[in-house]
Amino acid sequence: MNLQFVVDGLLTGSMIGLGAIGVTLTYSILRFSNFAHGDFMAWGTYATLAVVGAIAAMFGKVAPIAPLSFGWPLIVALIVGAAFTALLALLLDKVLFSRLRKQEQAIIAVMGSFGASMALRSLLEFIFTSRPTYFSRAIQIAMPVGFGIRITPDQIALLILTAALVLGVHLLTTRTQTGRSMQAMSQNPALARIAGIDVASVVRVTWVIGAALACVAGVMIGVLVQIRPLMGFDMLLPMFAAAILGGIGSIPGAVLGGLIIGLAEAGAVQLIGAEWRAAVSFIILMAVLIVRPIGLFGVRER
Amino acid sequence: MIDLVGYGAFFLTTALIFSLITLGLNLQWGLTGLFNVGLAGFVAIGAYTSALLTTPDDPARLGGLGLPIVIGWLGAMFVGGVAAALTGIATLRLRSDYLAITTFGVAVVVQLVALNAQKLTGGPFGIGFIPRPFGGLAETPLLFNLSNLAIVSAVTLAAFLALERLTRSPWGRVLKALREDERAAISLGKSARFYRVQAFAVGGAIMALAGALQAHFIGFIAPDNYLSILTFQVWVMLIVGGSGSNAGAIAGSVLVWAIWAGSGALTSVLFAPEQQARAASLQIVAIGVMLCVILLARPNGIFGERPRRALFGKRTKVTASESGS
Repeated sequence: MNLQFVVDGLLTGSMIGLGAIGVTLTYSILRFSNFAHGDFMAWGTYATLAVVGAIAAMFGKVAPIAPLSFGWPLIVALIVGAAFTALLALLLDKVLFSRLRKQEQAIIAVMGSFGASMALRSLLEFIFTSRPTYFSRAIQIAMPVGFGIRITPDQIALLILTAALVLGVHLLTTRTQTGRSMQAMSQNPALARIAGIDVASVVRVTWVIGAALACVAGVMIGVLVQIRPLMGFDMLLPMFAAAILGGIGSIPGAVLGGLIIGLAEAGAVQLIGAEWRAAVSFIILMAVLIVRPIGLFGVRER
Repeated sequence: MIDLVGYGAFFLTTALIFSLITLGLNLQWGLTGLFNVGLAGFVAIGAYTSALLTTPDDPARLGGLGLPIVIGWLGAMFVGGVAAALTGIATLRLRSDYLAITTFGVAVVVQLVALNAQKLTGGPFGIGFIPRPFGGLAETPLLFNLSNLAIVSAVTLAAFLALERLTRSPWGRVLKALREDERAAISLGKSARFYRVQAFAVGGAIMALAGALQAHFIGFIAPDNYLSILTFQVWVMLIVGGSGSNAGAIAGSVLVWAIWAGSGALTSVLFAPEQQARAASLQIVAIGVMLCVILLARPNGIFGERPRRALFGKRTKVTASESGS
């Protein structure tokens, strides 16, 4: 078996893991599984693409940074795109989710997110059509790094970016006051409120982190694979599976879950064939639900 | 005029098949509170099962047993029910969100199998030559459409009456009790999980039957028929009709299908052919927004029960007269 699947798996796993952080945070703090999360990913990617286009229109063609396929416009656009995605999430929360969360049955919010997901995705199809697009059509030469593994400069850069982001979010949630408030909210919302935690600001931070990371994950898919309106929806099942495998509420768990699913998918592609890739997350999901429903790092609900 | 009657029969047949799926979802969600976002998967299971049982032998494909259509329908209900029961057994002891995520996964996997297991499902090209109940009448379209309508109406009516009876039976009352106040119901000695698995399985069997009916009505099935848009349409139908009410499920299905078909016809008139795919996506946006607005304004549906007010403690009692319409 070719070891190339390790690199492929780590990359897919990074995309899934970054997305799963948002899923796990929404689930543990806002207490519903957000089916629109994949569409945040797609919207963030298209927003980034639009900003890249706008920069190209203003400054003309910008040369890419030495070995990479992209230059500073994509980096600037990614920051703008992440901010846009965060705003989109906050807006949706204001008009939809915050009101649905107040209702007696938590599942109503899940249903609302399902409707929102359908609307968001179709709106993208309406604006950009369902034809795939790309950030760059340049072909990168993969460098051999031994053991039969090849990797492109883009892939290295994105893996480093993922590691930095995960570390940053982990530090934010464990070392800062905001992070501790988030943990308190996820463990016991009533007690957190009594302790004087600003619930509204915790909710905002949760959406901003989740949506911004979704945008980064989407742009990764855009750089390495392609951009389609359905790209986020197709990531939904792996993201949910990763969040549950890692244990709801755990950020390291979500990332580790993402990497495990990414590696399993890449392995399955080599062994069985690419067409069965999507079944891997389902099998892992079912196994976790039957064997250990609280996941790797989960805590039993009180 | 005859064309209009023919189209009316065709329209109603499709709407009633949707009603049947919505009735299944109403049993799962409206009555029992089980959230199924993968119902397209169960519809597909029914359609493919019945097709494999009844189509004539085909060397390129497994199955093709050439059995009578009724056997196909019963087989579809059985396989759909078993699939739903397994899904329920695996997830119903956990939080309700896990069932939602798992059913979503079921739909994804069914879609994958339909696309890739060429030997079984014919792959992206699907299965053709599915026998039709009144295939002999195909030369006279009007008679053919009307007889199809008759048989689909009969099946839907039977399902409706059976579900109404079930709702009023002790079994249905346990389900309602579990939905309204799980702890009280459990304290009366009812196994929550056991009853929920049953309700989920029966709902899945009804959805599978609807899939089988449609397969035999159209005569051809392909994976594209069972995308998440189908799940979404049925949810809108149930919410518009008012979850919890079987009559509402049927009314909502016919109404939403009329809006859907009408707006589809309108876009095909208003937009140039090359713009139609885009216009169709706008149609989905509109329906998605509609679902969210209904959930915000009247979570129990336009025709549904009014939101229960807290009279004593948290929830009002559920009276027997509340069941049904």
